[in-house]
Amino acid sequence: MGTALSHATVPPAAPVVASGTTERDVVERVSAVVLARRAPLWWYAAAAMAAPLVGLLGVATLWLFVAGIGIWGVMRPVMWGFAIANFVWWIGIGHAGTLISAILLLLHQSWRESINRLAETMTLFAVMCAGIFPILHLGRPWFFYWLVPYPAQMAIWPQFRSPLVWDFFAVSTYFTVSLLFWYVGMIPDLAILRDRAGTRGARIAYGILALGWRGSGEHWRRHHRMYVLLAGLATPLVVSVHSVVSLDFAYAMVPGWHSTILPPYFVAGAIYSGFAVVLTLAVPLRRLYGLTDIITSRHLENCAKLLLATGEIVAYCYVMEHFMAWYSANPFDAALVENRAFGPYAPLFWIYLVCNVLVVQALWVPRVRRSPVWLFIIGALINIGMWIERVDIVIVSLHRDFVPSAWGNFVPTIWDWATLAGTIGFFALAYLLFIRYLPLVAMSDMAKLIADLRGKPAAARHG
Amino acid sequence: MMWGLLASFDDAAALARAAFHLREAGYRRFDTYTPYPLDEPADVPGTPRSHIASVVFAAAIAGAIGGYAMQWYLMVVAYPINVGGRPLHSWPAFIPITFELMVLTASVAGVVTLLARNGFPRLHHPLFAVPGFERASQDGFLLAVEATDPMFSPLPTRRTLEQSGAREIYEVDGA
Repeated sequence: MGTALSHATVPPAAPVVASGTTERDVVERVSAVVLARRAPLWWYAAAAMAAPLVGLLGVATLWLFVAGIGIWGVMRPVMWGFAIANFVWWIGIGHAGTLISAILLLLHQSWRESINRLAETMTLFAVMCAGIFPILHLGRPWFFYWLVPYPAQMAIWPQFRSPLVWDFFAVSTYFTVSLLFWYVGMIPDLAILRDRAGTRGARIAYGILALGWRGSGEHWRRHHRMYVLLAGLATPLVVSVHSVVSLDFAYAMVPGWHSTILPPYFVAGAIYSGFAVVLTLAVPLRRLYGLTDIITSRHLENCAKLLLATGEIVAYCYVMEHFMAWYSANPFDAALVENRAFGPYAPLFWIYLVCNVLVVQALWVPRVRRSPVWLFIIGALINIGMWIERVDIVIVSLHRDFVPSAWGNFVPTIWDWATLAGTIGFFALAYLLFIRYLPLVAMSDMAKLIADLRGKPAAARHG
Repeated sequence: MMWGLLASFDDAAALARAAFHLREAGYRRFDTYTPYPLDEPADVPGTPRSHIASVVFAAAIAGAIGGYAMQWYLMVVAYPINVGGRPLHSWPAFIPITFELMVLTASVAGVVTLLARNGFPRLHHPLFAVPGFERASQDGFLLAVEATDPMFSPLPTRRTLEQSGAREIYEVDGA
């Protein structure tokens, strides 16, 4: 009776792959996206919107180099401003990609197969966008290589006790490992494109990228072993990266920053915002490319559940942050909380509470979790909410610290906004180029998954 | 000069049976070519173990020791900065970079090993010249016996492949 009732009220979850989808379907549909002679019209429209923003990024960067960081709103006491908030936001977005590709692989969550490429690529470009900001914020960006320990003429070395140097190592390692993971995972798919390419140029280009992959048993064995090892290495790496980012803050004796909760708080927020971006990318892409049989509503629902779970962790961190401010009886921390909720930047606080804590609760409802439109809207709101949260963390702690005579306000300039918009444009354009020229779904992993699901490894394929 | 023989099979199960059959018959220098990894039996005799894991482990240790030693040398010996008499060898502050360098060296060493052991990049290969080999990446289940196998002899090997259930058999010309 109970089971009958539950079956009646809760519709069964969608399958990982729509029934009747074969290995051949996956290969054909995914490679058709890349090998089509012309991109669809919306692709050109989207690229035409993103490209001017990349130009804007170029102009904003050039003007920054000419005039210095005074063109931004950064001024004592808020010397970090948008640049560092954007850095934290972007690099956090990347973390969900690593989570999906590495951690879910290690946990044998086979549903990841159709969205891991999409998410890994998001990681790669998000880390690129993130990396731009600390360098631009240096003031003299052309000296960024001073962070590298090399035997310089001046006989000085980086200060290895500084979180800023840790950051440099963490982010560059993260980018390198993400790139290796992404590329190694893609080699078999590049071979598929090589073998299916219609033109000689495409065959040569994909042939070079595929490095001579032949899919031999030896190749697969080593490939699988290394892929799992990379996943094992990337999993602690992703936690370390955002922990190090949070230590940029927590190392400082500033109210609201100097707290042990910051590393887990930042990591949870990072994964949370990353899943939001995965949803805002996956929902339109599966529709536009007709991949709804491969990226099913099951994937969206699973992402939504992870979004909900990380959202609750983030909410818990918000609560603990403010509880500790009260419980510690530290007047500066208490003043910070009051200033955050009722000071000049109070709207930011209330907006991010609504976006990050309230909106996500809608995902408790199965109907919402299975509705692509709602997931897209919720994902977009969380993206905005997480960006505002990062800005709030940077500004509110800095603008009023211990001595009222040192207080001041931060007002972003047009160049702050231009640089932010420019990186969004860069991300969008890079992503559009990726979906045009590289496989959006891991075809060989999907083929393996479909063959495994069928129970008997691969039946009729001579059709 | 013949490189070997390439045979196609109906599906992964038929291919796995054929590989087992060939191994029983004493062949060693042959390999399967498939669009996705086959579920292989736990230990097929004669299968060489992959060394990637040991290389990654060694590189991780080397990266961690090297990273820590670099920081110790630079902060304690080469460029000591006395900040209010705090110890120069402040080891907790050296851990994050030690960890990052461990992961970095392990990953790079592993991928380099993967490419080197697979002989990548290798854009020309006798197998690529066989018409139909491009199906190996999409929906073909192929097996190639190399001419360098001591057991290899064109006609008997062809017969063994036929008996193993091969659908089509091609000669592969050497470079």
